[in-house]
Amino acid sequence: MIAYAVTFAMACFGIGLVFSLWRLLRGPTRADRILSLDTMVINFIAILVLYGVANGTKVYFEASMLIAMVGFVSTVAFCRFLLRGDIIE
Amino acid sequence: MFKRIFPHPLLSLLLVIVWTMLVNKFTVGNLVLGVIIGFALPIMTAAYWPGRPEIKRPIKIVGYILIVLWDIVVANVQVALIILLKRHKNIHSHWIVVPLELTSPEAITVLAGTITMTPGTVTALLSADAGSLLVHCLHTDDPESVIEEIKSRYESRLKEIFA
Amino acid sequence: MIQDIIISVFIVLGGVFGLVGSFGLVKLQDAMQRLHAPTKATTLGLGGVLIGSMIYFALVDGHFSFHELLITLFLFITAPITAHFMAQTYLRMHRDEADLPPSGRPVGWSIYQDPPDFSADD
Repeated sequence: MIAYAVTFAMACFGIGLVFSLWRLLRGPTRADRILSLDTMVINFIAILVLYGVANGTKVYFEASMLIAMVGFVSTVAFCRFLLRGDIIE
Repeated sequence: MFKRIFPHPLLSLLLVIVWTMLVNKFTVGNLVLGVIIGFALPIMTAAYWPGRPEIKRPIKIVGYILIVLWDIVVANVQVALIILLKRHKNIHSHWIVVPLELTSPEAITVLAGTITMTPGTVTALLSADAGSLLVHCLHTDDPESVIEEIKSRYESRLKEIFA
Repeated sequence: MIQDIIISVFIVLGGVFGLVGSFGLVKLQDAMQRLHAPTKATTLGLGGVLIGSMIYFALVDGHFSFHELLITLFLFITAPITAHFMAQTYLRMHRDEADLPPSGRPVGWSIYQDPPDFSADD
């Protein structure tokens, strides 16, 4: 039963990745592209966690935690670059 | 003396707890390492945050967090229904301006974060003198009541927590 | 059996919210409206999945793991910050101050104006 739930949720987040990829390619503004990249990071973390549940291993949690942190920092860095033309002042 | 060794006691405690959770295994060695981190990091970074937020009633924080968590769940169901069921021309988005009575930067940060996480609203901008917030509302027919709800539900509680 | 049902409900709900959030990214027409969908729905979707996996490892596997709790907390703290940054970026690049309502204060919004001089207070 859990296996079916995990498969269903993985399919949901996979379709979500395709949706955000569409928005990434379509745009039209640069803020939209950053937003879709951020959404892709969140969807990808969810898929990684679900993969860990499906395989019954906790190894993937550390990876997903690192991806969450890197995703946040890169989103802020992108926005800051567009806002100020510089990341560290 | 205590203040010089631990300039930020709550931060030190938080660092120890987060470190133990990160390692995910409770041993004496990990705890000692966590205490060392909780001791060294606040001293090393104290120069970057000279001010300390004053918290008047710490016990009210628990109630605030519970209210916000409940509102996050409600918010998500509402936003999901708006996304799924409403056609584009039926979604009435508004800009609303929330005048602030809070003055401390920490309280304004918490309020802005709360507004973003709760029903259909995203904090967009702060006025240059930190006196009002620009909030984007996904769907509402009555912008005034949204302002009223933010002020009575969150800001009044934050005013009690922060001095 | 009951624990299986609880875990499955959390994971399925998480998946549905995640899908709705990403769908909102495609469906909504205005850039500011699009900002609502991923910051709320997708974060809650991931939160549901993480809670489901936390219960799974606590009950089925027998080892409680704090990592999911940390990821959930981290995402709930950072989501408003990224949303605020993206709103600022969008408004700075594509809107004028004249498009926005007045701030109701003697000065305007922060990305278009420098803050007033606070040095007198210190």
